[in-house]
Amino acid sequence: MSKKYHVTTTINDDEYEFLCEAQQTLLDVLRDELMLSGTKEGCATGDCGACTVMVDGTMVCSCLVLAVEAEGTKIETIEGMANGNDLHPLQRIFLELNGLQCGICTPGILIAAKALLERNPDPTETEIRYWLAGNLCRCTGYDKIIRSVQAAAKEMRGA
Amino acid sequence: MATILEKSGFNPDKKLKIVGTSPVKHDGIDKVTGRAKFGADLYLPGMLVGKILRSPHPHARIKSIDISAAEKLPGVKAIVTRDDFPEIKAGTPDGDMTRNAMAREKALYDGHPVAAVAATSESIAKAALKLIKVEYEPLPHVIDPVQAMAPTAPILHEHVRTKGIKGADQPTNVIERLDLAMGDAEAGFKEADVIVEHEYDTKPMHQGYIEPQGCVASCTEDGQIELWCCTQAPWVFRDRLSNILKIESAKIRVQQSEMGGGFGGKTGFYGEPVAIQLARKAKRPVKIALTRNEVFRATGPVSGTKSRIKIGAKKDGTITAADAELIFQTGAFTGSMFINAPQAMFTRYNLKNVKTVSYEVVSNRPKVNSFRAPCVPQVVFGVEGVLDELARKIGMDPIDFRLKNAATEGYKTIYGETFGPIGFVETLKAAKACDHYKSPVPAGQGRGVAAGFWFNRGGETTGTLNIAIDGSVTLILGTSDVAGSRISISMMAAEELGIPVDKVRAIMADTHSLGFNRVTAGSRTTFSTGMVIVDSARKAITELCKRAAGLWGVPEDAVTFEDGYCKPAGANVGTFEPLSIAQIAAKTMATHGAIAGHSEMNVTGAGPGFGLHIVDVEVDKETGRVDIRRYTVVEDAGKAIHPLQVEGQYQGGAVQGIGWALNEEYYYGEDGRLQNASFLDYRMPVASDVPMIGTEIVEVPNPRHPYGLRGVGEVPVVPTMAAIANAIGQCIGVRPRSLPMSPPKLLKLIEEARAR
Repeated sequence: MSKKYHVTTTINDDEYEFLCEAQQTLLDVLRDELMLSGTKEGCATGDCGACTVMVDGTMVCSCLVLAVEAEGTKIETIEGMANGNDLHPLQRIFLELNGLQCGICTPGILIAAKALLERNPDPTETEIRYWLAGNLCRCTGYDKIIRSVQAAAKEMRGA
Repeated sequence: MATILEKSGFNPDKKLKIVGTSPVKHDGIDKVTGRAKFGADLYLPGMLVGKILRSPHPHARIKSIDISAAEKLPGVKAIVTRDDFPEIKAGTPDGDMTRNAMAREKALYDGHPVAAVAATSESIAKAALKLIKVEYEPLPHVIDPVQAMAPTAPILHEHVRTKGIKGADQPTNVIERLDLAMGDAEAGFKEADVIVEHEYDTKPMHQGYIEPQGCVASCTEDGQIELWCCTQAPWVFRDRLSNILKIESAKIRVQQSEMGGGFGGKTGFYGEPVAIQLARKAKRPVKIALTRNEVFRATGPVSGTKSRIKIGAKKDGTITAADAELIFQTGAFTGSMFINAPQAMFTRYNLKNVKTVSYEVVSNRPKVNSFRAPCVPQVVFGVEGVLDELARKIGMDPIDFRLKNAATEGYKTIYGETFGPIGFVETLKAAKACDHYKSPVPAGQGRGVAAGFWFNRGGETTGTLNIAIDGSVTLILGTSDVAGSRISISMMAAEELGIPVDKVRAIMADTHSLGFNRVTAGSRTTFSTGMVIVDSARKAITELCKRAAGLWGVPEDAVTFEDGYCKPAGANVGTFEPLSIAQIAAKTMATHGAIAGHSEMNVTGAGPGFGLHIVDVEVDKETGRVDIRRYTVVEDAGKAIHPLQVEGQYQGGAVQGIGWALNEEYYYGEDGRLQNASFLDYRMPVASDVPMIGTEIVEVPNPRHPYGLRGVGEVPVVPTMAAIANAIGQCIGVRPRSLPMSPPKLLKLIEEARAR
């Protein structure tokens, strides 16, 4: 049995403590230790973006962060995106405009899109496409994802 | 049941309230909140982690496997090798299937499973794999299918004799030769004024679903198996697992998870039989979630092809004959479904004289799996390229040329079907009339078009519709939901019952809940399961009328059903207030219990699908990089049940085709090992690579379906690569004939053209 490390962190405003092995990633722990399985593993090499989460306000691939690095951080995952029964505008508009097909890439794309709109409330189509270039989707051809982000941005700006 | 098969009840004049709208899909909320459970998302008490040891050799005899050291590692609960799988004769379908799941005599490709471990943690499982000692005798290998056909090539399977060649008595890698022809091609070419003939090659690409296969298997002490997995084919998995593991079907319960993309690649199993054998040994649940590296090395991909295509036409544009020779690489085992190619490659044109010869060839690569319109886009790449060149030689507009030769109702295809009402002409006309085609080609760009066809499929399908006592409705569906079929099928149920779609909820059944369902593939699901659920709804309506008749004390045939209500059939029946479904359902305790409809059919009558793609590209003459500037998909949906979803199929298929056209391929080293088994090195299109994808939904109803629909999932990838090649041809003056049309290859073409 490998040595385990004790980590204290905040996930979606809840305090968490967990034990992890040195080589385990944040993604491994979110999914397999904490069963927050909304964060998805598509590649585990930082190429697909399905595991995108926020760590202290920075967008990261959780497969590229070691779990021990989560000590003392604030993490946001897809499970914390809705507020009670109120979906985040991105979540609601993705549903309305069919911005998802199979749904496996959706959590990562929603987290990434939210991060984009927080720093740039009025992105161009090109800016959205480049921001989301790290999030692979194989179903939609991206069209309805981009349109959903555009529509959410517009609504969130109150435009 | 028989009535709906003979007469679908299709009524073009029916006023539709729900079908044709785009409500939010009911399963969507779980997918935007992270609640949806995909293959790797199930956690069970005591669950172990399963890991697979894979061959590093493309071709090697397995002399021995020593698991003694690994077994001693604390935390290791089970190890399986070939010795844990029943012996099944090589060369049979089951024999191939068990050998692909776990190598027996030989490892046949880099990544072929040779052993597996279940342990209490991933790190222990990985450590145990390193302790397993496999003694290999490496053998010469062959990757390229043409090289694999040579008489001197290393032989993968000693038992293979080419099917379709009389007197074939030597071991070979050529699984089959298939000759398919109609009319007299030789005579047809004599009538031609212009003949174009070229060779083409396409590379294997991966289906590229973002969710790697994940499964959890459990086993009881008395041998009952539960398998949770992402699958396009729960019943097919169950029955095949039953065959190769020698377990009765009734003792295997397969529950499909949400499907994180499949596109055909999840129609066959990989880790599932291994997880079951580990769980049977460990008597604890075992999860096997493949890594992306494993997905690339050992699942999918799609057949690569070599083809020679020759088409002749008269000056007036009439095609007189077509001839093709096709080679399909199928990976280490047969199963490419290459027969689709000669059947579909020219079908959409009313050809009379066609000759084709096709070969399926094994080589030391992973066994191919299905992908949208299996084996068809690869050869349409060549066909539509030759057609484009013919059109230009004759001096006809490329869409007019296709219109001149378009198949219509009554055309007898090379595979025997006589077309009913089809929408190819309407699709071509819609393409010609659309804004994209009418607008001038921007300076510096090239425009290409290409057409595609897919049969669309039906097949064995079951389903149940249950009415709750408050009048809301639940559906039990046997097919998988690969991209949103649940909502479309729920919409058809709601339309039949005259209730809002929000009152309907559908689940995807486990294999104990319904009878056999064929694989979810071939664009059959919304069509077939939709038909079964419409039939179930109509049966439930008959029962609702019977119950209303009982409540009113009138004969059953004195009650009709309209817009959600049972009503007296005429004034002489008596005066009764119409009864809603909810009112009748509320009284089911007094009227013989629950009301439901159930149906099973071998669904026929799938209406063929046709599409035409228009693309504008710009090629950087210094680097060879292609920029897709504008793209439009025009396709016949029969009837778009949920237009947003139909558009999504068109757009997604086109972008997969863009990847196949421009980037995607496998690189094997001299050592026969895959060199680009990651998303970094196997580059699929990302959001910044593509523009918005325009769509034109054509609706020529299929009268064999109650709402007129045709499958729409396959056609969108069929013409894509050809359309892009034709556009590049217009842009750089030479049409590429090899995929992918990557910068180095295009740069070479550009430089060759300059030198001429």
